[in-house]
Amino acid sequence: MAANPMTQFEVYRIGPEIKIGNFDISFTNASLFMVLSTLAILIIFNLGSKKNSVLPNKVQLLAELSYSFVSKMISDTAGSKAKPYFSFIFSLFMFVLFCNMFGMIPYTFTVTSHIIVTFVLASFIFVGVTIIGFIKHGIGYLKLFVPSGVPMILLPLIVIIEIISYLSRPISLSVRLFANMMAGHTMMKVFGGFVISLGIVGGWLPLSFSVALTGLEILVAFLQAYVFAILTCIYLNDALNLHH
Amino acid sequence: MIKKIFFQSIFFNFFFLREVFSAESGGMPQLNPEFWISQIFWLTITFGILYIVLSKLILPKISANLELRKSQIQENIEAAEKQRQGSEAKLKEYEEIVLKSKIEAKNILKDAREKALKNINSKKETLDQQIDEEIKKVEKEIDVLKKNAPEKINKIAIETSSEILKKLIGADVNNSSISAIVDDLSKRGGDKYYGN
Repeated sequence: MAANPMTQFEVYRIGPEIKIGNFDISFTNASLFMVLSTLAILIIFNLGSKKNSVLPNKVQLLAELSYSFVSKMISDTAGSKAKPYFSFIFSLFMFVLFCNMFGMIPYTFTVTSHIIVTFVLASFIFVGVTIIGFIKHGIGYLKLFVPSGVPMILLPLIVIIEIISYLSRPISLSVRLFANMMAGHTMMKVFGGFVISLGIVGGWLPLSFSVALTGLEILVAFLQAYVFAILTCIYLNDALNLHH
Repeated sequence: MIKKIFFQSIFFNFFFLREVFSAESGGMPQLNPEFWISQIFWLTITFGILYIVLSKLILPKISANLELRKSQIQENIEAAEKQRQGSEAKLKEYEEIVLKSKIEAKNILKDAREKALKNINSKKETLDQQIDEEIKKVEKEIDVLKKNAPEKINKIAIETSSEILKKLIGADVNNSSISAIVDDLSKRGGDKYYGN
């Protein structure tokens, strides 16, 4: 019988149970793929930055193209003031991208398909951006909730809407990534199950679907990492350059 | 028949699927908080290490590499521009030299031609003069011969006529009388007498 499409998201302990106080911080398959992604990023970018030849080799080109890609993304959306946060956004983009891409390899675990991971990242960004905004503009950062050119009668309503939309940022940011990854992987699993249950006669149709979906999911994996990073840039832009 | 089986199997597949979902309990493993703390902990550690290593070690290197390459390429472009200007100046110089030498060659050719023409002309003149002189000399000789010719002819005529007369008549005729006749004839125009 076809396996449950949700079992691929199950977290299980690898090795012994580690506890600090009441908290269970055992090494799990999720931790394994976080470590793998981090190692992959560090190895690739370390190789890419090791030697500097005028004509770069493939790894160096990859590293430098990623660097200029993220750098351009930040300067386009958040301006030159966001330069000090380049390293963070670069790490964020690469981490999410590599976790998504590792998930595309069969029998692996997708770290970003867990709401808790994306939510921690998103709330860290939210808290960080809010702190940066208050440091840069002081109490004037609250002007973000008061758009200019709004009639006085509508103002209370608009302010409430703005506050709600601001507070929902970490939720929308985290749920977007988590839901995309989970839905994609579930769908692939379901189509994979169809291949088994339809057998040699009818299994070709879901199989071809599955192949097409793999391509789509790779695209989504990149796109969601990009969206995650660019939304961070946009939030950062709100905090750095108060437009309202 | 195959089509029917195919669609039926797709249809029944949904029943199997529902059976599968209902059979296994749990729903979304994401909402099971058992390993949340562990995930947060490992996420913090891995992402923290990633951020620190990238920002302190790797990204500055890549940035420096890019800057270095940029400046190197800029330098190369500038050097190339300089060399291009140098080569253009050299080309101009070369063209000037070629132009100059062309003009010089033209002048030399002109001079040589003029000299040759002068030479030829002077030689021609001397040759003409020589030819003229020769012609004059010959003409003088011809004139002398022409002047002497009638006398000689007369002499011959007198001698031959005296000889003929001697043979015909057998007597000597006075030479002076014969010469008188010959002179008279030649003065009148020898054509009439000699021609017939």
